[in-house]
Amino acid sequence: MQEADLRVELGGIRMNNPVTVASGTFGYGKEYAELIDVTRLGAITVKGIRLQPWPGNPVPRHVEVPGGMVNAIGLQGPGVDGFVREYMPFLRGTGVPVIVNIWGTTEEEYAEVARRLSDVEGVAGLELNISCPNVKEGGHAFGTDPRTAASLVAAVRRATRLPLMPKLAPNVPDIKVFVRAAQEAGADALALINTLPAMVIDIETRRPVLANKVGGLSGPAIHPVAVKLVWEAAQAATVPILAMGGIMEPGQAIEFLIAGATAVAVGTANFIDPTTPLRVIGGIADYLRRHGMRSVKELTGSLISG
Amino acid sequence: MMDVSGSVIRQTPLAAGYWSLELEAGLLAKQARPGQFVHVRVPRLEQSALRRPFSISGVRGGVLEILYKTVGRGTGEMSHLLPGDAVQVIGPLGNGFPLEPRGVPVLVAGGYGVAPLSFLASRLGRKGVLLAGGRSAGDVLSTEGFERLGWQVQMATQDGSRGEKGLVTVLLDKELLRLKASGEQAELYACGPDGMLRAVGERAVAAGCRGWLSLDKHMVCGVGACLACVQKLRREDGTEWIGRVCHDGPVFEAREIVW
Repeated sequence: MQEADLRVELGGIRMNNPVTVASGTFGYGKEYAELIDVTRLGAITVKGIRLQPWPGNPVPRHVEVPGGMVNAIGLQGPGVDGFVREYMPFLRGTGVPVIVNIWGTTEEEYAEVARRLSDVEGVAGLELNISCPNVKEGGHAFGTDPRTAASLVAAVRRATRLPLMPKLAPNVPDIKVFVRAAQEAGADALALINTLPAMVIDIETRRPVLANKVGGLSGPAIHPVAVKLVWEAAQAATVPILAMGGIMEPGQAIEFLIAGATAVAVGTANFIDPTTPLRVIGGIADYLRRHGMRSVKELTGSLISG
Repeated sequence: MMDVSGSVIRQTPLAAGYWSLELEAGLLAKQARPGQFVHVRVPRLEQSALRRPFSISGVRGGVLEILYKTVGRGTGEMSHLLPGDAVQVIGPLGNGFPLEPRGVPVLVAGGYGVAPLSFLASRLGRKGVLLAGGRSAGDVLSTEGFERLGWQVQMATQDGSRGEKGLVTVLLDKELLRLKASGEQAELYACGPDGMLRAVGERAVAAGCRGWLSLDKHMVCGVGACLACVQKLRREDGTEWIGRVCHDGPVFEAREIVW
């Protein structure tokens, strides 16, 4: 039987297969290039970038918990110009679409980062981080109120023609409200979910384990939460969805596709087994073959309920 | 850097709570340099358990040795590994120690911090002295290996149960004085707890010699991608930056570290 077609289009980002990596778990691609063939990824999503270099949070920045980890890295990064100079040459060379995760503390900053990336060769799209729980001034503040989120998306929309994909916060009362707000403001795709706000306490010292006190929970523990949110979001979405949250095995990626996602991102699993994204690509292809499907698009939103 | 399935050759208990694990790791072992580390996926932990970083304490052909202490769940499970068990290992990682000392190599070990120094001693062209410290006699490890290689060994324990009573830096102060008196330059290499490293670093600065400190930090990715294991550092021009212990280290010269 003929190999199934794995190609997808994520709001204007053309991917050879539906698998990318989650921002912050794969550096700028280069770091993993000796361990896996990064040219086989559907896209490379890089760590969050703001206008200027940013130092991130004090250490400890992470702690292992059952079913995953809690992190409060705090979006350390080289700033947009540093990123373009230091990392884009390598990324361009991979020939893989590059999705740049961007953030800021004001609408103007987000818009300026987007503007500067607009003409950079190799940048295929922007993931708008409006849901990082680890930076007080930015990120999350934009993602928990639909009007603020819409206003931000509209501001960035005016600054760039690149495909725009807001990354939504999971901890909101109704994800559909945010889906509609982002779409109406000009989003081309939606990414969900970000980490869940979390905290771990050292009972001997009675102090928070993380220097930032709180962080974001990731790993397989959040996968069922993400599936539910992706499924709900898909019901309101008219644009494609990039789903992520706790994928360790191909089956968990396939669940996201069935729930309505067009593509998926592997996150925390990269730290544990860097071959996971490639295993997921292979697993999706096997699944399609077994189920007699010719294209991965047949899988998207194929949930049978009732 | 590679991701290989290693095979356990032998697991040997050393003192209470300390183990030596020998793994057949082929090319990974052959490429390893002293001061580098491996990132180990501990079998039988849950699927989402993070990898654990370990210094390489020695290499013989394609076999690498990890000397570790059981301190938690990961190392606890590791101590149950048996010959023939498969272990997924990423490495060799990190920068490693420079191998061209400008003076007499003085190695300062705190507890299992002796691990990368054992490997270093086997590869340094010049022999020197090992200063091994620990809380108690059981925390002073692998000193016989150094003696076999022709290194001088001095020991200090906080409870006085082996060697001199007190901190290992007491031995270092004496050794630096002795070298100074004989007109010799020292080159310090150290691995151990942060407090010890800081103290060794201060002595390197005071003595005007180089001090190579190997930091022990909790890590997530091990390859420089996640930015969990960061350390504030100083460039020669005095400007500060935030480096990744896994990728820019784990070995830093004493003057680079901003404690």
